Amino acid sequence: MKRHLLEAADLDRDDATLVLDTAAQIDQALAGREVKKLPTLRGRTVVNLFYEDSTRTRISFELAAKRLSADVINFSAKGSSVSKGESLKDTALTLEAMGADGVVVRHAASGAPHRLANWVRGSVVNAGDGTHEHPTQALLDAYTIRQRLGRLEGARVAIVGDVLHSRVARSNVGLLHTLGAEVTLVAPPTLLPVGVGSWPAEVSYDLDAVLPKVDVVMMLRVQAERMNASFFPSAREYSRRYGLDARRMAALPDDAIVMHPGPMNRGMEIAAEVADSARSTIVEQVANGVSTRMAVLYLLLGGSPA
Amino acid sequence: MTTYLIKGARPLGGDAADILVKDGRIAAIGDNLSATGAEVVEAAGLIALPGLVDLHTHLREPGREDAETVETGSRAAALGGFTAVHAMANTDPVADTAGVVEQVWRLGQEAGLVDVVPVGAVTVGLRGERLAELGAMADSAARVRVFSDDGHCVADPALMRRALEYVKAFDGVVAQHAEEPRLTVGAQMHEGDRSASLGLTGWPAAAEEAIIARDVLLAQHVGARLHVCHVSTAGSVEILRWAKSRGVQVTAEVTPHHLLLTDACAESYDPVFKVNPPLRTDADVEALRAGLADGTIDAVGTDHAPHAVEDKESEWASARPGMLGLEQALSVVIETMVEPGRLDWAGVADRMSVRPAAIGRLDGHGRPIAPGEPANLLLLDPTSRATVDPAALASRSRNSPYAGRELPGRVVATFLRGVPTVLDGKAQK
Repeated sequence: MKRHLLEAADLDRDDATLVLDTAAQIDQALAGREVKKLPTLRGRTVVNLFYEDSTRTRISFELAAKRLSADVINFSAKGSSVSKGESLKDTALTLEAMGADGVVVRHAASGAPHRLANWVRGSVVNAGDGTHEHPTQALLDAYTIRQRLGRLEGARVAIVGDVLHSRVARSNVGLLHTLGAEVTLVAPPTLLPVGVGSWPAEVSYDLDAVLPKVDVVMMLRVQAERMNASFFPSAREYSRRYGLDARRMAALPDDAIVMHPGPMNRGMEIAAEVADSARSTIVEQVANGVSTRMAVLYLLLGGSPA
Repeated sequence: MTTYLIKGARPLGGDAADILVKDGRIAAIGDNLSATGAEVVEAAGLIALPGLVDLHTHLREPGREDAETVETGSRAAALGGFTAVHAMANTDPVADTAGVVEQVWRLGQEAGLVDVVPVGAVTVGLRGERLAELGAMADSAARVRVFSDDGHCVADPALMRRALEYVKAFDGVVAQHAEEPRLTVGAQMHEGDRSASLGLTGWPAAAEEAIIARDVLLAQHVGARLHVCHVSTAGSVEILRWAKSRGVQVTAEVTPHHLLLTDACAESYDPVFKVNPPLRTDADVEALRAGLADGTIDAVGTDHAPHAVEDKESEWASARPGMLGLEQALSVVIETMVEPGRLDWAGVADRMSVRPAAIGRLDGHGRPIAPGEPANLLLLDPTSRATVDPAALASRSRNSPYAGRELPGRVVATFLRGVPTVLDGKAQK
């Protein structure tokens, strides 16, 4: 494993499989236990450095670190020196001086975790940077797919929605390709990046044509604000052409699953009856997020104390 | 005034000759010249070129003296072989009045290392709303001939048309920063494969090309001179080639960094490589080199853009765009154009001195190396190679994209009207 987890490309097939296998072992070890805690990272310090509000990702990482017995510090941009204009570098040097073994960073700027990794000795885990990547989301998605389908090799995955602005899509395309899955991106052309042709994925503008041919459909959150910038004419038109409702869900093969990284816009990209259906893995994804993040922290920080 | 006898230099890379510099002018050129009392400069093996002229320098004074001053930027320019630089107008306050351009001009005179030629803003405050007092700047002591809102595009087509027309009265030229602003909202890097995977908002080539296409048509329509700053795409070169073939009075410049670097540099997320227009693709670099070689692109303009450490040592998106260029410009041109055989020394003199001086209407620069001409000269060791160390640069800033890169060519001496501003590779003041 590399020292940092900044993007899906940091994981080769063996590393990625190791993370998923470790997560499965952790799940087994904790299953049925009353005290859901392992002593593995006792005495280690993990800092959650969150420049963007993201309650669900932050508490997932926080729970993961705590279940490994690490000391966890939550450093949010609001109410700290960051809001007084402290630079990312100065914050990094502060964390370094305090002896952080791991820094989990969420930032609105693409590449901020890469910058941070130049300035700290501890391991940096990217918890989402701008419109770049969110590698632990891709790991938990892969874990969920493997759990439900029993395999990743050859799994056919459609990723549907605002690919242009999605760090989840970028990480999933990379990681799923590494693990042997076949990815199709489905979106209106305005929400696909120029240059998407160089990605290891098929591209389609037609959701109805893709749905019968996939094992997994992963819906991305679409922000209604995008229509103000003419990415699509209206929320209704978007929903009609690219939303997953019960009618479309019926076109999926019998054992296909529906995923969403959350938070959902019910009624926009996903209908409530789809989100709440038996095909939906949305709640499992949240649970699996904790296990996969435990696996990542364990593998990056779990060696003997520095 | 000291008389200098330059021994054995090769003017424009030709046969070795002695050059006698006296009273600010080239007094004689020939074999085995001697002059009593003259200081001898041994120049065997060195190339003599006319002092370089930059159409595009940011000196940051007034306003950001922590990043660069007229004096420190002038020193960097002299060390790079320049004898004249055009100081862009995006200072604080903006150089949009006779008062500010005269201030910059006077600071340049006081520094005395290069001729600092102020560029006047086209519009008040660079806001793109109404024309600045272009005539007052032209008539001032600074004698402004080049007008630019550089950093911003004069995007309003009607305003651009009027600016092109208006400056004809004093033989001025509008230097356009070609960037359609509605197509580059939030743009961070070249839009293509790499921006897609890096998740950085793309700056499409079409945003530059659309403005250049519009402006060459406007320049043709009103019979005015147009200069295009920092051309960065293959499509722009094609449009310029077409416009020149139709007789449009258009000139263009390319930066050293666009001749050498590509958007692959952004993969580091190190904002030292963030620049506007952005670094482009290999195909664009090739087209720019070809355009400079065949003269479609007239000049190399450095777009020397010093930035304080805190404006660069940050996340990519919050860093300011721009990179240093004055001290390495000639080296980059040698690396990308001379060594591959695409430009000879006369060609270097043409693109880096003669044509930029003509575009800026500078009388005493870009002249032949001949008796009677002003002694604006540089002596270059073309075989020397060195690794760029930002800490060793004369600029007050350190944002060099060439850090750690080995480049050819060393400026040994620069003369400004017969006075050495650089000798033995060292600034003389």
